[in-house]
Amino acid sequence: MKYKQMFRVALLASALLGASLSAYAEDNKPIKVGFMLPATGTYTALGNAIENGFKLYVSEQGGKLGGRTIEYVKVDDESDPAKATDNINKLIKSDKVDVVVGTVHSGVAAAMAKVAKETKTLLFVPNAGAQAITGPMCAPNIFRSSFSNWQPGYAMGEVMAKKGIKKAVTITWKYAAGDESIKGFKDSFTKNGGEVIKDLNLPFPNVEFQALLTEIAALKPDAVYTFFAGGGAVKFVKDYKAAGLMDKIPLYGAGFLTDGTLEAQGGDAEGLQTALHYADKLDNPKDKAFRSAYETAYKDMVPDVYAVQGYDAAQMLGIGLAATNGDVSKQAELAAAIEKAEIDSPRGKFTISKAHNPVQDIYLREAKGKENVVVEVASKALADPATGCPLK
Amino acid sequence: MDLSTFLIQCLNALQYGLLLYLVAMGLTLIFGIMGVINLAHGSFYMIGAYMAFALAPMVGGNFYLTLILGVVLAVVLGYVLEWAFFSYLYDRDHLQQVLMTYGLILVFEELRSILVGDDVHGIQPPELLAGTLPLGDIMTYPVYRLFVSGMCILLALGMYYVFSRTRLGMMIRAGSVNREMVQSLGIDIQFLYRVVFAAGVAIAVLAGMLAAPISSVYPGMGNQVLIICFVVVVIGGIGSIRGAFFAALLIGFVDTFGKVLVPEASGVLAYVLMALILLWKPNGLFKAG
Repeated sequence: MKYKQMFRVALLASALLGASLSAYAEDNKPIKVGFMLPATGTYTALGNAIENGFKLYVSEQGGKLGGRTIEYVKVDDESDPAKATDNINKLIKSDKVDVVVGTVHSGVAAAMAKVAKETKTLLFVPNAGAQAITGPMCAPNIFRSSFSNWQPGYAMGEVMAKKGIKKAVTITWKYAAGDESIKGFKDSFTKNGGEVIKDLNLPFPNVEFQALLTEIAALKPDAVYTFFAGGGAVKFVKDYKAAGLMDKIPLYGAGFLTDGTLEAQGGDAEGLQTALHYADKLDNPKDKAFRSAYETAYKDMVPDVYAVQGYDAAQMLGIGLAATNGDVSKQAELAAAIEKAEIDSPRGKFTISKAHNPVQDIYLREAKGKENVVVEVASKALADPATGCPLK
Repeated sequence: MDLSTFLIQCLNALQYGLLLYLVAMGLTLIFGIMGVINLAHGSFYMIGAYMAFALAPMVGGNFYLTLILGVVLAVVLGYVLEWAFFSYLYDRDHLQQVLMTYGLILVFEELRSILVGDDVHGIQPPELLAGTLPLGDIMTYPVYRLFVSGMCILLALGMYYVFSRTRLGMMIRAGSVNREMVQSLGIDIQFLYRVVFAAGVAIAVLAGMLAAPISSVYPGMGNQVLIICFVVVVIGGIGSIRGAFFAALLIGFVDTFGKVLVPEASGVLAYVLMALILLWKPNGLFKAG
């Protein structure tokens, strides 16, 4: 408390005495960035990639953003929504961080956004795709560097309609991420003349697909759109192939169906087309530079979409801090700078919407060997509808 | 739903039910017969699946050798665990059993993370069983799933035989009714329980290894099967091997047809079924005699 008061006095004094003093005071104090990411459990690898990506950008800038040194604090969010509020409060209140970066799990991120909004703490969400974060819960101090669940679904709906597919079946887990992805798919697929003849779903994280695969075989749609991730994605693709459906009813999905899972899918995913905001073999110099820097910095680790999202979270923070000369308290100026900027990401250049979600190209990719190789841009500069956000 | 789809769904249900029974069988032994609430059962299943992944390269990728090696290691693991931990739990109340076995879950998950990592892995079924059979007009059915069903039936028959037809089975059943009496008759009940426990662990590990090519291998997979295993054992009647068998098949059918006919409620159907059966028969379908 005392420190905060002193800080306020310093700010007041600087306002009175002129900007030079302020710049001097700011220079001496590092900015504390609090990582609230999974360090245990299913999403550990994703959390590591995000942290690595973030730190890579900061170290490329000489360890400083907006002229101030960056210092890190870490807490393991365990991907547990029940502990989310306590964990972020610990970062804000006892570690006194200036910026929070997190997280992977949408339920945890939603709880974090609520606290960040109430305490007016800067929050950068480097993965969780829940639409609410840049929808009804959006705030001037909350930014997302990744995607909304709706975006890949919407892009894939366009692609499939363009391929002349008329009747589709959707299948996913019955939870927010699945529902939002299917909603995006339906929005564009039906608008372009397609028809969804049935929505199949099963409770998260149930992976007994056989009954629903039989249902798909009986319905005989032109194609199937799906959202699964992680272990569920591996099993779904293998089961779909084993059920003999792969050659008869083409399977399409959001990119997570084949991201980080190709090795485990062992060739069964070969040729699968998915939509995501990042892909392998993107022909842009930024991506090439990023990949080689990442591989040099982190031995034995392959740069992936999560590392890109972490890297871009740091870029966005850097842009904001540059505009305020490293002053995190000037949130309006910081947000304005980020909204105006064009972020030079490895995924390709993108901008940030008023609701603070990336407006970005979504790629159509095809699984080839261990890579999701880019085929084309499925949807150019696609923006999430940000339904329910008062900022737009 | 036309007839052929209906028949395929019945096959799905049967096959899923048998898979469930395979996974729940070890729990029937440890929870049903020894009376220890073993939350770590899911971890043994998970260990099995990871063994199928990690041991395969050591025996040159031979699936059957992996199974044998895994079962041997599991028996050793079960024997040691019983000696070190579980033997102290028989006379304690259920809460202490829950606490300790929950602790074991955390330890096993962390060890798994340290030793093998947190990635998802796929396991290829052995070449001989990798094919598929045509089914209906466009579907095919993987041979490996039928193989697992067959293994499950074999194991079930074997266990039934041991328990109801052999002297060993008789001693185990007697021990589950009255430990002290069996001991006073000159039977080394401590050793007997150690063997039963080791067998329970071995069956859970075997289930994990057999299920690995179907389910793939991923962190936290044990926790997913744990609850449904308890449901199977409770519906079947605690301690009843036959009961668990029919309970697993029942859940297989309810789950499969629930997903197709009432998708909104498919997540709760198994539990509703359990509640209804317990209202009707508070001791489960087949109470052990």
